[in-house]
Amino acid sequence: MKENLVQYIYGIADNALILGQRLGELCGHGPNLEVDIAMTNIALDLLGQTRSYYQYAAKLSGENATEDTIAFLRSEREYKNVLLVEQPNTDFAYSIGRQFLYDVYHLLLLTELQNSNDETLAAIAKKSIKEVSYHQRFSSDWIKRLGDGTEESHSKIQTAINDLWTFTDELFHQTDADKAMVSAGIGVDVTQLKEAFYHKVSEILQEATLQIPDMKYFQKGGKQGIHSEHMGYLLADLQYMQRTFPNMNW
Amino acid sequence: MKNWPLWEVFVRSKNGLEHRHCGSLHASDATMALENARDVYTRRMEGVSIWVVPSTAIMASNPENNGEFFEPAKDKAYRHPTFYELPEELKHM
Repeated sequence: MKENLVQYIYGIADNALILGQRLGELCGHGPNLEVDIAMTNIALDLLGQTRSYYQYAAKLSGENATEDTIAFLRSEREYKNVLLVEQPNTDFAYSIGRQFLYDVYHLLLLTELQNSNDETLAAIAKKSIKEVSYHQRFSSDWIKRLGDGTEESHSKIQTAINDLWTFTDELFHQTDADKAMVSAGIGVDVTQLKEAFYHKVSEILQEATLQIPDMKYFQKGGKQGIHSEHMGYLLADLQYMQRTFPNMNW
Repeated sequence: MKNWPLWEVFVRSKNGLEHRHCGSLHASDATMALENARDVYTRRMEGVSIWVVPSTAIMASNPENNGEFFEPAKDKAYRHPTFYELPEELKHM
């Protein structure tokens, strides 16, 4: 039970950590000052949420676990984030596309997680939902601006959406820990979110004059700890300081 | 993005106070200006309300005219309401 709960928390929190890390890479590299600040604000929101989840997971795990050991000292296979969030910032369209697809899912997830039997998770969800509502507003607006913008912006965001689409189905897969937590009334049954997700995403894409990709084959693995080739590089950056100077802090 | 117009940002720090000018930013339209203002100027709980105004909508006085605009007011001390005797009970004037 406890191990399943910890794994369930990783399944949610690792998404926030890894997406936050990806957005953090854009710090100082945004297309302009305003968007740079907006995206790093989102990164910080996600890291704040991650901390709440990890602190709870550390408490459950006991021993010497802390939020920092969970964030920095696991191996790649132990991170349970979905493949979507680890995809690189290929260009601005990819960063926005990735954010948009994740935000729509994230908001649906948190809306349900507020009703969890687990008071801590319900409280974190309740606190995070305002932040994530803004994330979705930000990324949806940009999808529309790029899609309904110039010929070039339209083609770039369409390419990004087409490429990232293959990672959407995994959002609705359940791990064994997920299933156990759903039966316990703690976890959210993500299979139930799928319809609402594609509905919302299609609505925004249509408004943005974009095509909804028609795809039959999807990629999966992140939830089981089997990540894409990008993950190792991301973790190398993320973990560098703790691996090189163990226990250092400032 | 280089051609995005400039917007002036006004933030009300709490209800009951006036909106105050706090800076400017670039955005392609009013909606984006408002969202950018939220991210740039209210991340540290600076405000409860934001106005954005296209900078071009502001007619500003010309510093060259400062002499005729402002200096004549200098020696008109009688325009300050300092000659009234206020009743004791009146505390916040």
